[in-house]
Amino acid sequence: MAPVIELRAVGKSYGNIHALHGVDLTVEPGRVGCVLGDNGAGKSTLIKIISGLHRHTTGEFLIDGQPVRLSSPREALDRGIATVYQDLATVTLMPVWRNFFLGSELTCGRWPFQSLDIPRMRRIADTELRAMGIVLDDLDQPVGSLSGGQRQSVAIARAIHFGARVLILDEPTAALGVKQSGVVLRYVAAARERGLGVVFITHNPHHAYLVGDHFTVLRLGAVELSADRSAVDLDQLTHQMAGGAELDELRHELQGESAP
Amino acid sequence: MTTDTTVEPTAAPRPVGDGRTTRRSPLRRLLGRPEMGALVGAAAVYVLFSVVAPTFRQLDSLSTVLYQASTLGIMGIAVALLMIGGEFDLSAGVAVTASALTASMFAFQLTLNVWAGVLVALVLSLAVGALNGVLLVRTGLPSFLITLATFLMLQGLNLAVTKAITGNVATNSIRDMEGFEQARSVFAATLTIGDTQLRITVLWWLGFAALATWVLLRTRYGNWVFAVGGNAESARAVGVPVAFVRISLFMTVGLAAWFVGMHQLFAFNTVQSNGGIGNELLYIAAAVIGGCLLTGGYGSIIGPAIGAFLFGMANQGIVYANWDPDWFMFFLGAMLLLAVLLNLWVRRQATRR
Repeated sequence: MAPVIELRAVGKSYGNIHALHGVDLTVEPGRVGCVLGDNGAGKSTLIKIISGLHRHTTGEFLIDGQPVRLSSPREALDRGIATVYQDLATVTLMPVWRNFFLGSELTCGRWPFQSLDIPRMRRIADTELRAMGIVLDDLDQPVGSLSGGQRQSVAIARAIHFGARVLILDEPTAALGVKQSGVVLRYVAAARERGLGVVFITHNPHHAYLVGDHFTVLRLGAVELSADRSAVDLDQLTHQMAGGAELDELRHELQGESAP
Repeated sequence: MTTDTTVEPTAAPRPVGDGRTTRRSPLRRLLGRPEMGALVGAAAVYVLFSVVAPTFRQLDSLSTVLYQASTLGIMGIAVALLMIGGEFDLSAGVAVTASALTASMFAFQLTLNVWAGVLVALVLSLAVGALNGVLLVRTGLPSFLITLATFLMLQGLNLAVTKAITGNVATNSIRDMEGFEQARSVFAATLTIGDTQLRITVLWWLGFAALATWVLLRTRYGNWVFAVGGNAESARAVGVPVAFVRISLFMTVGLAAWFVGMHQLFAFNTVQSNGGIGNELLYIAAAVIGGCLLTGGYGSIIGPAIGAFLFGMANQGIVYANWDPDWFMFFLGAMLLLAVLLNLWVRRQATRR
């Protein structure tokens, strides 16, 4: 299928710091592309470019085959690219339903009497959250009172509801326990079944291998490995993540020293 | 991109309530409202002064208290909105005086209809608000610094320009100028209801509070204000125009400063150029007593309205009780401390599950 997003040799510099260079990435509908990498590998910079928070400085960024330069997250959203951030992108003090519709509120009436259509927003938020397996008795409770997994799921449900074609998940399982991670990974699979292209950013190869169709490993701002699921197994992936060649060298050195 | 159709996920996980999200009890929910602390405090202060000062219970006294509360309260509404949006404005106090001075001097020096001065003052007040907002958005500096600078500059301008133009520290009376009576009936009329005199600012205050409550709770803009104050980065990421919200909130403070400035001008005919200094902290105090979180993202308009009413009661109650008025500021400070502690306690109780 034709890719929704295509990055060709994309790079990003902050002054004379090259955070990212020569990165190729494609996002296709109905596939989960995992981006792996250690801290500081450039994962966050990469998603900030795709989601419109930062602009790339070199290379090409294509959406539906058209080269673009996104200037705001709103522009990315309008093109169907929704991002669920590591820090959850929810406003903790606000009620669940207000968070769900934040930035895309439903209204009724005509300006200047245009007001929020609260019953409809509550109903839709409840239905969408139930479809994701989250049952809340009280949609007025602040999002901050939900568990980490539930908060992620609210953000994912929101993105899917607002017609996202591409879902970018920034470390959705990083702060979660085993069971909560399972909940989120199920939604990643559910999103793929619904035909969304998913970019799943993580530093956990085990989580990535559970849902991924394609794996891209970043290292120091460049692509170290790009392989389909058929071309790589979990051991190789873990190995790459753990440092790959560098680790071999280190093992050699340490074992060489400790040998009699 | 709002799609109303609800699409069922094909691999829908089984809905499970894990028993950790039970409904909070109605009492807890009531106690969790931002204005509860102020309401309890207002009731206590009312009872206190009713007991120690019998005249405090009369309708005339209530009218005076409400008038005191209204001028503070109108500013309090705008300052509370700004605070919910995560910022505050130290220039709000002198901005009132700046607006009144501008209207008065512009109309007097050019011998124009006072409405011309009123309009020029409106433009200036909105411009000061916009300047605060744009500087904040552009530089990313804390609003404390930006508005402290505006506060000092306006304070200096008020004195220097007034002295340069009128040769005096106060403006000339505009009492006999064209349009004065008309403008007075809008900004500073006194209505007679039964035997009681009621200042029109009380009605404006209640009207503005109702409007602001509606905007805050029932419009997209209100939703954005909460979001910008609660987590500006998240708000931006989901497409909320953060810069617009911030600038418009500062301009709302400018609008309120203009209104209160016009009231002062048409109530007293002249304006003292050193007025308003220190009032910005009273506005902030009213908002905080009313349960607005200083760090933003939480609060209401009813709370600061009750806060302003508390202020009015304390101000007048001390007079009716024949206490030394020098104690007023101490009393206000103690009230603020108590209100903040009460709010903290109430919120802890309410969010405990």
